[in-house]
Amino acid sequence: MADIAVPEVKKDIETPLPQEGTMAHLQPFPAAEQHMKPLNFPPTRVENWQQKGVEKLGEMLKKYRSLQVFMDICVKCGSCTDKCHYFLGTGDPNNMPVQRAELLRSVYRRYFTPAGKLFPKVVNAVDLDEDTLKKWFTYFHQCSQCRRCSVFCPYGIDTAEISMAAREIMDSIGVGHKYTTEIIGKVHSIGNNLGIPQPALKGTLQFLEEDMLDNTGHEVRLPLDQEGAEVLLVPPSADFFSEPHIQSLMGYAKVFHQAGISFTVSSYGSEAANFGMFIGSYDQKQKIAKRIADQARELKVKRIVVGECGHAWRVAYSFWNTLNGPFDFLDPRYPVPQHVCEFTYDLYKQGALVFDKEANDAHTITFHDSCNVARASRMGSSCGGQFEIPRALIKATANKFVDMDPDTTHEKTFCCGGGGGLLTDELMDLRVRGALPRITALKRVMDEKGVNYLALICAICKAQFNKILPMYGIPMDMVGGVHALVSNAIQLGAKKGIV
Amino acid sequence: MPSFELKGRTYETDEEGYLINLADWNEDVAAYLAEQESIDMSTNHWEVITFLREYYEEYKIAPMIRILTKAIGKKLGKDKGNTKYLYDLYPGGPAKQACKIAGLPKPTGCV
Repeated sequence: MADIAVPEVKKDIETPLPQEGTMAHLQPFPAAEQHMKPLNFPPTRVENWQQKGVEKLGEMLKKYRSLQVFMDICVKCGSCTDKCHYFLGTGDPNNMPVQRAELLRSVYRRYFTPAGKLFPKVVNAVDLDEDTLKKWFTYFHQCSQCRRCSVFCPYGIDTAEISMAAREIMDSIGVGHKYTTEIIGKVHSIGNNLGIPQPALKGTLQFLEEDMLDNTGHEVRLPLDQEGAEVLLVPPSADFFSEPHIQSLMGYAKVFHQAGISFTVSSYGSEAANFGMFIGSYDQKQKIAKRIADQARELKVKRIVVGECGHAWRVAYSFWNTLNGPFDFLDPRYPVPQHVCEFTYDLYKQGALVFDKEANDAHTITFHDSCNVARASRMGSSCGGQFEIPRALIKATANKFVDMDPDTTHEKTFCCGGGGGLLTDELMDLRVRGALPRITALKRVMDEKGVNYLALICAICKAQFNKILPMYGIPMDMVGGVHALVSNAIQLGAKKGIV
Repeated sequence: MPSFELKGRTYETDEEGYLINLADWNEDVAAYLAEQESIDMSTNHWEVITFLREYYEEYKIAPMIRILTKAIGKKLGKDKGNTKYLYDLYPGGPAKQACKIAGLPKPTGCV
């Protein structure tokens, strides 16, 4: 990866001059037969793929009214052009949201509008041919489905939905993306994205229990597959594997311990992530989410709490009920599902937890809103809770907090550069460049306010920044979870829990 | 499928050079893969590889990084039982780069 050029970080985020084709070279690894088969996708490209692809688009236009509207309604006003982090980082005009969507729209016009059928050249309509498919595979895998552009679109066109649709069409003709399909296969066969089998997960959790006992003197537990627990905890599986993710897992466990609420992790439901969303597959999304509903029933829990995972929270909060509801077997006094930040902050407000803020005095903290939490869900019972609760929790556990430029936070937050199924090394060039807007805003609060901790609530953001920050000359140890701060500050044994 | 030749044998790999067949691994292969990654293998580098292989043998997955750091700390001294030291040994990341040299599959997911 020595050939990756890291962009220069300027004081402000600047809009580059468009440069045709700067990212045309970069595609993800294609899925092989063994990745496609378990997902019931054609293992290789089907023979009459052009016809099948157009038919699939036709079906989807009927099924998803939103897609039909997004194909017709764009007036090319240009509001979105400088809003995508990948355009800002690469200058490739196909990474302008309007132009990205145009890659699908031009095919839509060719086959589904009278003008496009009769005079394709006049209306710039194109065939679904080899060249178009190559552009789709390239540029629909350079969209992290973060939906920042949709915030600025006067019609609310959701480019994420367009890129999901394009990926769904490609999968349906046997043109898949290795990273996402391989991972979904592991979720089905083993239970999580990493492919951690039950015995390894058990050993890992025991190891962490011992670690916490050594470090705190308290028997903080991390139970696995324990029937009858009050709460099913569903973290992203990176929380069982990577730094700094593990720190948050220990934070969750300490919260349960101190509040006196029993919980369990499920080995078959040991993954909050749902990459079915990234590839636009309703069936896969439903099947992946069903594991959690099934495990909640089987383990007879009363509540479900989701860990620090951005897109998982979108799927859980916005889609679980439609996909696998109703969840009427759970305790109706609690929201279904509950975000771990909301869960912890509620307990804190009730007086069940005591935090020693000085434990985090070495940190001056800023918070990066994860796109799927910020723009595709909510948290708690009030409007904007997804912005306020994580910040309130940070402020409850630490003395020094500063926000980044408001044009880069809350609903205007920038993607970390690795979301939407793009957190794969062959796309590193894109990931590095796409992180530029966020790094620019971060660097500024580092220089001006002394920020040295980037607090996150998403496994993808954590992994992406851990990898990318050092390339920009920023130490990776400033990346951490919100619950890592909780873990540092929580006073174990200070008083008994409330339940 | 990509592959490389070493001492008259062909080894199949994935697109990024991870061995396809775990059983193909031997110390020569590890040394070759390390060279490709520009890693100069010291005794301490080998300790990481040995631990990774032993753990994988038992659990069919690479260990959580914290388990690895603790094991290395025990073996090589407490000052070396941390993530920073592992990154000093394997700048490409202990999970990905060291797994590659150990002949294990690349960890997938949000890592």
